[in-house]
Amino acid sequence: MNDLCLVPIGSVPGKALDWIENATAEWFPLPIRRMPALAIPESAYDSKRKQYQSVEMMKLLAQSAPRDAARVLGIVDVDLAIPMLSFLFGQAQFDGPIAVVSLCRLHQEFYGLPAQENLLRERTVKEVLHELGHTFGLVHCSEPTCAMSLATHIELVDSKAERYCERCGMQLVQRFSREG
Amino acid sequence: MKKNWPILVVDDEDVMCESMAAWLSEDGYRVDTAPNGQQAVELARASDYAICFVDLKMPGGMDGIETMMEIHRVRPDASIIIITAYATVDTAIQAMKEGAQEYIVKPCNPQEISMLVSRILKLKKLQSENAILRKKLTRQYRHHDVITKNPRMGEILALTQEVASLRSTVLIRGESGTGKELIARAVHFSGNRAEKPFIAVSCAALTETLLESELFGYEKGSFTGAMAQAKGKFELADGGTIFLDEIGDISPKLQADLLRVLQERRFYRVGGTQEVEVDVRVIAATNRNLAEEVQQGRFREDLFYRLNVIEIRLPPLRERREDIPLLAEHFVQRISSELGKDVNGISTEALKLLIAYDWPGNVRELENVIERAIVTCHNGMLDEQDFSWLQRAGSQPQSWEVPDVPLGELERRAIVAALERKHGNVKEASTALGIDRSTLYDKLKRYEISH
Repeated sequence: MNDLCLVPIGSVPGKALDWIENATAEWFPLPIRRMPALAIPESAYDSKRKQYQSVEMMKLLAQSAPRDAARVLGIVDVDLAIPMLSFLFGQAQFDGPIAVVSLCRLHQEFYGLPAQENLLRERTVKEVLHELGHTFGLVHCSEPTCAMSLATHIELVDSKAERYCERCGMQLVQRFSREG
Repeated sequence: MKKNWPILVVDDEDVMCESMAAWLSEDGYRVDTAPNGQQAVELARASDYAICFVDLKMPGGMDGIETMMEIHRVRPDASIIIITAYATVDTAIQAMKEGAQEYIVKPCNPQEISMLVSRILKLKKLQSENAILRKKLTRQYRHHDVITKNPRMGEILALTQEVASLRSTVLIRGESGTGKELIARAVHFSGNRAEKPFIAVSCAALTETLLESELFGYEKGSFTGAMAQAKGKFELADGGTIFLDEIGDISPKLQADLLRVLQERRFYRVGGTQEVEVDVRVIAATNRNLAEEVQQGRFREDLFYRLNVIEIRLPPLRERREDIPLLAEHFVQRISSELGKDVNGISTEALKLLIAYDWPGNVRELENVIERAIVTCHNGMLDEQDFSWLQRAGSQPQSWEVPDVPLGELERRAIVAALERKHGNVKEASTALGIDRSTLYDKLKRYEISH
């Protein structure tokens, strides 16, 4: 089976990569490979919005991904957006190999509050499970505690659990057993 | 995939189209994109889009408002959301005047757009449910919608046609769920009263006083809470038919009142002094043996004969087993389309199971059983497994026995059960099974486990 590659883009705390590695190992039957960090492409920066275009990050990941990678998960610590939306926690190719997660709005400091490492860990795991779930064909789930439920603000991220609901979890297992 | 609600994004910028399509497809929608108005209209001709996001400013060719108007010409029901980078009151007003459902300024908050999409689709779902219900109403009451190839049911249908335009009272007997109301409606809608009201009343559902005011209405001030005069079901059914279900359950006083209406076609509202005259055909139904109730002194003999002018006895489903496959197929088609599920039929083995069952709740029970099976069905075909609980419901609880199957099958079942208990978490399932994760993955592959 091919690897699940973790690719930091720009400066990303090493701890976050450890959390992500542990969480993905728990749910996905793929060997995990940590890749060297990539530089943030200049073209991604939108100076008017002071944010980074998520689509550029996805393109970068697609270009630099190893050929044998099953999934490529980019991790950034800058604020992501797309033209239509004011921000994104992450983005994924639906049923495709590429996904990216931003830690920027998962930090308590973003909201003017003191840092809380455990909360950052929980939020990171939830968003990583969410975006990787999309790459395996899972759509948004109506169960609010499922990692696949849609979170459009941080309180909704916090109300999720660090796991998939029964239905989504079984869908993943089905997928893995089919694909081998 | 929410394939019933496709969405179109129209924008000259690739990045805008791609990123919106990606974001919406995470929600399960099928999303198409078009770089200009012309292509958008072509796509709209081919697909019935529920929502179209249209950029206001597109260089060359049609702008957003023109595109919206053209899309509306080919798809009048599509909801158009106009997108713009600059909020100007004038363009917003123009867009809404020309028929845009919403007007949003980019970039907008993800929550805003997510709520907007779900609000529009909720409305569309209600509209389509409404259309289904309307269709169902017109279809259900037509005589030929009673599905049967049973000779006795055939005779009953012929009788309903013969008596449809008479004024005589009809008494329908049959167990619960045999379709007494359906036959009553068939009589009403086949006759010359079809254009007039058909009013159904369940006599068992109300207390004596409530039923009295329900049937005959009441005058203002006749009891606490009677703030104004109210018409009863008999008045509402004037010119048409009143269907009195569970007639065997009414009190002696109401039996006397009803007898008077049947004899004189006149009655008093509760608390009233002026007689009300009506032209109503009465069809009554019961699951009791009324002749026996008369002998026991619980039902008035004179009322029984007044009601029992034309008697129809509906057979229970177990006495017309040849209809079970027909009814089951009919319910599968109807319910799967109403629920939007892709279920196309029932396997032969499952049908055998349905035919063998005794159906104490008759056709209604069969309908409920099919609905339950469709809701939980994961394939395009209902099979034995979808009705396994039906067998269990009829049998005695048994102690756990190891089934006579190959050892590998037992292992496969244990793995599936553990995964279900652990909500698909492979790590927890492997711990519960006492094996390591890589062994579990090997076994998943070997047994090709699917839920």
